[in-house]
Amino acid sequence: MTVLAVAEHRRGELRDVSLELVTAGRRLADAYGTDLHVAVVSGNVDRYADDLNRDGIDAIHTVNFGEEFNHDVYVQALEALAADLAPRVLLAPHTVNGLDYAPALASRLDYPLVTDAVDLSVDESLVVTREMYGSKVETTIEVASERALVTVRPAEWPAAEGVGDAPVEAFDAAVDESAVGSTVTGFEEVAGGDVDIAEADVLVSVGRGIGEEENLDIIYDLAEALGATVSASRPVVDNGWLPKNRQVGQSGKVVTPDVYIAIGISGAVQHVAGMKGADTIVAINDDPNAPIFDIADYGIVDDLFEVVPALTERFS
Amino acid sequence: MKVLVPVTDAATVDDEFEVDGLHVDERYLTHDINEWDEYAVEEAVQLAEAGEDVEVVTATVGPERVEETIRQALAKGADRAVRVWDDAIAEQTLFDARTKATLLEAVAREEDPDLVLTGVQSGDAGFAATGVTLAERLGFQWAAVVNNLDLDAGEGVARVHRELEGGVEELTEVTLPAVLTIQTGINDPRYASLRGIRQAQNKPLDVKGLADLGLDESTLDSPLTWTSTSEPESQSEARIFEGDAETTAGELADVLAEMGVGQ
Repeated sequence: MTVLAVAEHRRGELRDVSLELVTAGRRLADAYGTDLHVAVVSGNVDRYADDLNRDGIDAIHTVNFGEEFNHDVYVQALEALAADLAPRVLLAPHTVNGLDYAPALASRLDYPLVTDAVDLSVDESLVVTREMYGSKVETTIEVASERALVTVRPAEWPAAEGVGDAPVEAFDAAVDESAVGSTVTGFEEVAGGDVDIAEADVLVSVGRGIGEEENLDIIYDLAEALGATVSASRPVVDNGWLPKNRQVGQSGKVVTPDVYIAIGISGAVQHVAGMKGADTIVAINDDPNAPIFDIADYGIVDDLFEVVPALTERFS
Repeated sequence: MKVLVPVTDAATVDDEFEVDGLHVDERYLTHDINEWDEYAVEEAVQLAEAGEDVEVVTATVGPERVEETIRQALAKGADRAVRVWDDAIAEQTLFDARTKATLLEAVAREEDPDLVLTGVQSGDAGFAATGVTLAERLGFQWAAVVNNLDLDAGEGVARVHRELEGGVEELTEVTLPAVLTIQTGINDPRYASLRGIRQAQNKPLDVKGLADLGLDESTLDSPLTWTSTSEPESQSEARIFEGDAETTAGELADVLAEMGVGQ
């Protein structure tokens, strides 16, 4: 019996979530009194295995096939490895690539699947804590099965530290190339544009609460009065009101300004991932339960259409 | 060519709410078409408008309430709809990806689509796994988190962009038949026209139960049990300014000025 965690890498770099999975996996393995194994598939697996080799790992399995992530390769390789190891729990990252292989892998292995875990515990059965309604509600799901595949939310567990000495074993997954039905042809960076919000000291950031494109004027006015740069959360960019290079969050930019003023932004986990490193966070939102207040240093619970012009007035 | 679009509605909760057992009390919930599915519907309708002889069929697992969402999809241009529900399904408390994919798989096997477009995730439960689970069960190819689609029906290939983290997109070719999970922002969803809304009333909306789909009640058995629901304790350590907008804005301005902002 083992816990098996699957590392993630992209374009030559191990991604941070891999080391978080090691921590989550080690804790779970301790709860079961078992070993933690880690799998790394494709790319420069030996270098990744070196980078991954932290305290608490009992073995690292490498599958040296292909360069970049391909879900067909991952599903085949991990299906074969799981057949070999019979893990009690298989942990994958709840990332865009995790979402591209974990459900198919669970289905093929006939493991129950629970996604986007924010906490894991063992109480006879595996108990997975996850959130609903944009972090407003927390739920637990009990998994009554000898096996499970769980995807783990990034940035919920600390990265594993220390230097480990787990043996690195090449696993021959016998990947069938004829069963690979999708081909990655390249990557594209989202256009940089005129402004780099990652360089700004002060960001005035606007979210869904602004309602209409015409209402953005009060945001521009405030930014001008403060000498700040305007950024946005996803819905504003999806609506085409601001260009993609202004988007803060998991799929946009990660920003670390001195001051981040979140206006009409609820604070979905994908957004928070992009701005929680700001020195000072200010939130203006009429919903007192908005998750943005959990990470804010200063807050105003009120109608942004009243507060923002009043704030601008103070600096004019 | 046939495009199957699994759509659902998603609930948002009011600012203040109460949890009753496993569920948020219905009084505090507002149901509307799931945001991601709205983009999937639009993408399908645009394919139908661009191509000849493209049929768009929606598939939904849900109670009668969800017909409001289905009629929205029909009003925007979907041709017909299938809603899956019966008393046995209604007894389920947890609609995880496997449960939904089991029911949608049965619909897909009857419809035999070339392409399945569905939202990346639902806005309420957010499992984000139904589409890829469905693909695997159907033996279809797939791509998750698609924010650009160029369909070459002649060659049987979908050229897609997958939106990765950090402003990077992966360019991928997927052979049909395939399931694509659609990310918000891929298009600009239309509003239903009055004419569309009228026409939607006459479009076929079939309701099917387990028996109609050739499924047994045991197919709903799941090792997963939803055991608790709670409102997390606020972790907020924020200094919240109290008073009317003038007062709070003034206090915030003082704090910002002290930090050298706007000086």
